[in-house]
Amino acid sequence: MDRFRMIFQYFQSNSESVMNGICGLLALASVKMYTCFDFSCPCLPQYNMAYGLGIMFVPPVILFLCGLILNRQSLVMLDEWRRPQGHRKKDLAVIRYMCSSIVQRAMVAPVVWIIVTLLDGKCLICAFSGSMDPEKFVGFANVTPEQVEQLLAKVPCKDDELMRNNTSRKAVSRYLRCWSQALGWSILLILIVAAFLARWLRPCFNQANLLQARHWSNYIDIEQKIFEETCCEHSRLFAHKCILHFFESMRQEIKLHNFNLLREGERDEGEEDLLCGITDQDQVNKLLKTWYYDKPPLDVS
Amino acid sequence: MDKFRMIFQFFQSNQESFMNGICGIMALASTQLYSAFDFNCPCLPQYNMAYGLGILLVPPFILFLLGFVLNNNISMLAEEWRRPQGQRGKDPAVLRYMFCSMAQRAMIAPAIWVSVTLLDGKCITCAFCTSVPVETLGNASHPLLSQGEIQRVLARIPCKEIYNGQELMANEVAVRYLRCISQALGWCFVLLMTTLAFLVRSLRPCFSQAAFLKSRYWSHYIDIERKLFDETCAEHARSFAKVCIQQFFESMSTDLVAAHCHPPRKTSEDAGEASKKLLGITDQGTMNMALKSWHRCKPPLHLHSPALPSGNGWAGEGQPPVHPSTPRRETAAYYSLV
Repeated sequence: MDRFRMIFQYFQSNSESVMNGICGLLALASVKMYTCFDFSCPCLPQYNMAYGLGIMFVPPVILFLCGLILNRQSLVMLDEWRRPQGHRKKDLAVIRYMCSSIVQRAMVAPVVWIIVTLLDGKCLICAFSGSMDPEKFVGFANVTPEQVEQLLAKVPCKDDELMRNNTSRKAVSRYLRCWSQALGWSILLILIVAAFLARWLRPCFNQANLLQARHWSNYIDIEQKIFEETCCEHSRLFAHKCILHFFESMRQEIKLHNFNLLREGERDEGEEDLLCGITDQDQVNKLLKTWYYDKPPLDVS
Repeated sequence: MDKFRMIFQFFQSNQESFMNGICGIMALASTQLYSAFDFNCPCLPQYNMAYGLGILLVPPFILFLLGFVLNNNISMLAEEWRRPQGQRGKDPAVLRYMFCSMAQRAMIAPAIWVSVTLLDGKCITCAFCTSVPVETLGNASHPLLSQGEIQRVLARIPCKEIYNGQELMANEVAVRYLRCISQALGWCFVLLMTTLAFLVRSLRPCFSQAAFLKSRYWSHYIDIERKLFDETCAEHARSFAKVCIQQFFESMSTDLVAAHCHPPRKTSEDAGEASKKLLGITDQGTMNMALKSWHRCKPPLHLHSPALPSGNGWAGEGQPPVHPSTPRRETAAYYSLV
């Protein structure tokens, strides 16, 4: 029982830290993915906005779904939500608590992606360069409307032949990057202030209910783990018994076919037990063939 | 059995994490393979599409099959599927569960290859460079170029060093366009896969959770039973071998005593353990004969009781098997098979 107690304590203390670890890993993966991704703005009027905003918003959705999938507790919560009531009442507060903790953890990686994207600036430059007012920039002020659309769309591509060494391009680029970074830092500040307030003000409201909800959600998680552990243990014992029965039945079948008075042997008792009375090649072959063709029934009573 | 119990618990609790580990390693191997692979677009009109789409679709298929091959449970699934029913019923739900969990794990590395390929963009650029809309992106009114010529020029877009159609279609514009489409496809593919995985995982507890628990338990059981059976057979084989070899040495020793008419040497009490382990073979010639005999004429796979004077070390086929350790029962009772 000591071993089980140690295992339970480990699960209790580490269930939260395992989930926090996964959350942190996903956030790191999100940053790594952004740096590895080769951002390449199409620099075409109709495609820029779609590409820029797509890169900003589609990967966060993917990261959010990954965060939900990788979190074991989401399955536990769904299970608790959908189970028939039976003898045990369902407490919606517990389910709400689990849901909110899962969603909060899953939101970290998408938010990291969006903030990194904004602070880097490429996405916003690509998406909104075509929407700039050409009057504000000297190089684009005296150009026909069709051409200005094309030129503005090419601003994100530094190496384009039209845009090389174009000072107005640099001006537009700097302008958009400034807005992008301002937006990024503002979002970061708002989120941190919100998290800070939520954590500080939470004990002022419903602390007792919160403690209850947290306790029971932990309980449901542990109960699920222990159930799986017990099933494993049980299936191992079941298999062990089943195989022993099988060997015993083989021994008895052999004894039946070779009916002989037993002779005293001087062989080691331990070895005999392990041999289970199966002592020649034909008997072993028969045992293995029977194991395949005629597995014993799942009944060890 | 305690040691076996610990090992089995480790395997059981870690079987899932072991399989997940293999799955993760294959995913990493897939990205590494892609970055190590030297992509070389042929830049010829007829070959580009085949090469590009081939690199996009053939390695995932290989990785998928590899995912099945590396999975130990595939033989377990095949065995359970093909075994005769006998005394134990077969449950198709268990087989379906095993197959689904294996297929899901095998799908991860191919999906990663396809995503990385699309997000990188080289394959789509190579495959579809001849389909770039020259009217909108380039200079379609370029004179004196037949359709075939245009195709040949466009096919060289991925190969910047030999591209000679800058007036027809700027290379960077075409590459940016194709890469944008490729990356959009890539992100959509990843989103689709993730959504599917999420739906599969979250809808399952809403339907047939009890059936799922049953299938999972019995599929783990089949795996454990197979491992335990293999362990028991290995132990049995070890004991069998030990007794067989012991009997071989004893028969050698008996033969020599009979042949040379030497009385068996009486060992003093303090020689003890060591001399018992010598099994009656105490000089070089005897040992050499024993080794030669082991090579030329191995004993039959048939253990007999040492109390019977077999006389000849190679006899034994006619001996009836004896089971001395069970308690003596002299009644002719019929034992029914459990």
